Amino acid sequence: MYKKSLSYPYLLWAAAFIVIPLLFIVYYGLTDRTGSFTLANLAAIATAEHSKALFLSLGLSVLSTVICLLLAYPLALILSGSKIGKSGFIIFLFILPMWMNFLLRTLAWVVLLDTNGVLDSLFKLLGLPRFKIINTPAAIVFGMVYDFLPFMILPIYNVISRIDVNVINAARDLGANSFQTLYKVIFPLSLPGVISGITMVFVPSLTTFVISTLLGGGKILLIGNVIEQEFMKGTSWHVGSGLSLVLMLFIIGSMVLSSKYDNGEGNVL
Amino acid sequence: MKKRILLICGCLLAASILPGCGGSSAGENGELNVYNWGEYIDEDVIGLFEEETGIKVNYKTYDTNEDMYPIIANGAADWDVVCPSEYMIQKMLDNNLLLELNYDNIPNIANIDPDYMETVKSFDPDAAHAVPYLWGTVGILYNETMVDEPITSWDCLWDEKYADNIVMMNNPRDVFAPALISCGYSLNSTDDAELQKAAALLTQQKPLVLKYTTDEVRDMMIGEKAAIGVIYSGEATICKDENENLQYVVPEEGSNVWLDCWVIPSTCKNKENAEKWIDFLCRPDIALKNFEYIYYSTPNKAMLDLIEDKEILNNEALFPGNEVLSRCETFHYLGEEAEEKYNDLWKQVLSE
Repeated sequence: MYKKSLSYPYLLWAAAFIVIPLLFIVYYGLTDRTGSFTLANLAAIATAEHSKALFLSLGLSVLSTVICLLLAYPLALILSGSKIGKSGFIIFLFILPMWMNFLLRTLAWVVLLDTNGVLDSLFKLLGLPRFKIINTPAAIVFGMVYDFLPFMILPIYNVISRIDVNVINAARDLGANSFQTLYKVIFPLSLPGVISGITMVFVPSLTTFVISTLLGGGKILLIGNVIEQEFMKGTSWHVGSGLSLVLMLFIIGSMVLSSKYDNGEGNVL
Repeated sequence: MKKRILLICGCLLAASILPGCGGSSAGENGELNVYNWGEYIDEDVIGLFEEETGIKVNYKTYDTNEDMYPIIANGAADWDVVCPSEYMIQKMLDNNLLLELNYDNIPNIANIDPDYMETVKSFDPDAAHAVPYLWGTVGILYNETMVDEPITSWDCLWDEKYADNIVMMNNPRDVFAPALISCGYSLNSTDDAELQKAAALLTQQKPLVLKYTTDEVRDMMIGEKAAIGVIYSGEATICKDENENLQYVVPEEGSNVWLDCWVIPSTCKNKENAEKWIDFLCRPDIALKNFEYIYYSTPNKAMLDLIEDKEILNNEALFPGNEVLSRCETFHYLGEEAEEKYNDLWKQVLSE
């Protein structure tokens, strides 16, 4: 009873800031200007420019998730193998930038990647071909990877560092070489971390509009930008909410997938 | 059980105190919630107003008319006084979002040039809802050292030799205006064929554009990141002060001239204070202070007499002659359907 009552502030929080806003989105998403029920806002995703924006967002966020995974997994492996003090320091280095506002960090990349910016000038000075990725999809993927990489590293590192050394020793005793140990023992055991890392990178990448506005020069329309435009440029909160609902399906899908793996493989730990 | 009730009470108490915080810090004569364009006032003026009237001002800014509108229309916040452009005022009037002003509380309106009050009638037929604040044109700011010949026409925005050197604004109507004018159409066009043609021009232009942005044009032009930028006249003057290579021109085909006015939205809770605010800003000395800080053209004719450096009156960007103005057109509110048309076409251009 005591424990239960402790949860009321959180329930209140969840109701005020999660449930009620969600209900508003559902309400706006399923009504038109006059307030009557319609599915047109959901169907709006089928128009050429909206579906193009959605597929581009899906493509870029899958790409940035894969890159994050490829960068994070080896690092997490190396970290878990090194001494506590040293790995703690490297983890600290990865978390340190997160103390700064994410918007500021992205703006800093605009300055670094800009034409005649720091990197471009450096390339010019060294006589290398000009470094022009600003305002392209490549710059957006770059920004996503930079901003969300720590969210991939931390869960994988946590899971791997908690793997019982005896399990690995047993694998080696039974004749597995280091590749087999990695492939047959460590990787399956680290799957929950990988899955939660994927969710934590994929979801914000899919919905971002700040990174694409800043690093894409306003020239690349992601689904997040479409929704932002519907809300902020004063055209239609209804269409914006409808598109948000469609986007939620993808997010819920990725969450269902991850919870399935968490329940199965997660229990092993 | 007691504990549970206590906890619930605690939560409710916390919830009731939080929104109350704003009220407790009001000035002796109440407060005023001002919602204005960004970089559109000398912020010292706010302090002066608070000192003189004892009214606490809560000040916040927006980037575009379109950002401001849904906040007011959906009642998302109780703003007492806002400063939209003419076409947005027309839209707000159409949607019954404005209160009528009591001019007895705004005696300083006598300082406003009657010509501008005539202009107000074009979007507010009774001239009963809006007090002109600042006006200006939209034009091209270019860097003399980065272009081959003086710019006089919108055509330069489609010139391939300026690829990756062009900065455009980023809201639908401001982007479509140059394209529509280049085709010889009105910037208030709602004709499907005309809009399609303008959209096709914009699609063709997109690979040449470095960036679509409204609030960064200034910094990009000062920092010489681009050769050509579409910009408001007041910002152009500030840019020229910072970088002498920059020149501002209102293209020969014509352009947009705009007039921003103070209005009181129906969400207003402090109408008298809002009128005091508008009156305060119409005072010549205050208008001058503002002018010297933001450099937009002013409709305040009493203020012009106070300017010491008369040289500035010859500045074409600040005070364009009649010859320039006769080429320019104001935006009109085109209705929801047309607005959606612009918006959809703009999304199509961006998704290409």
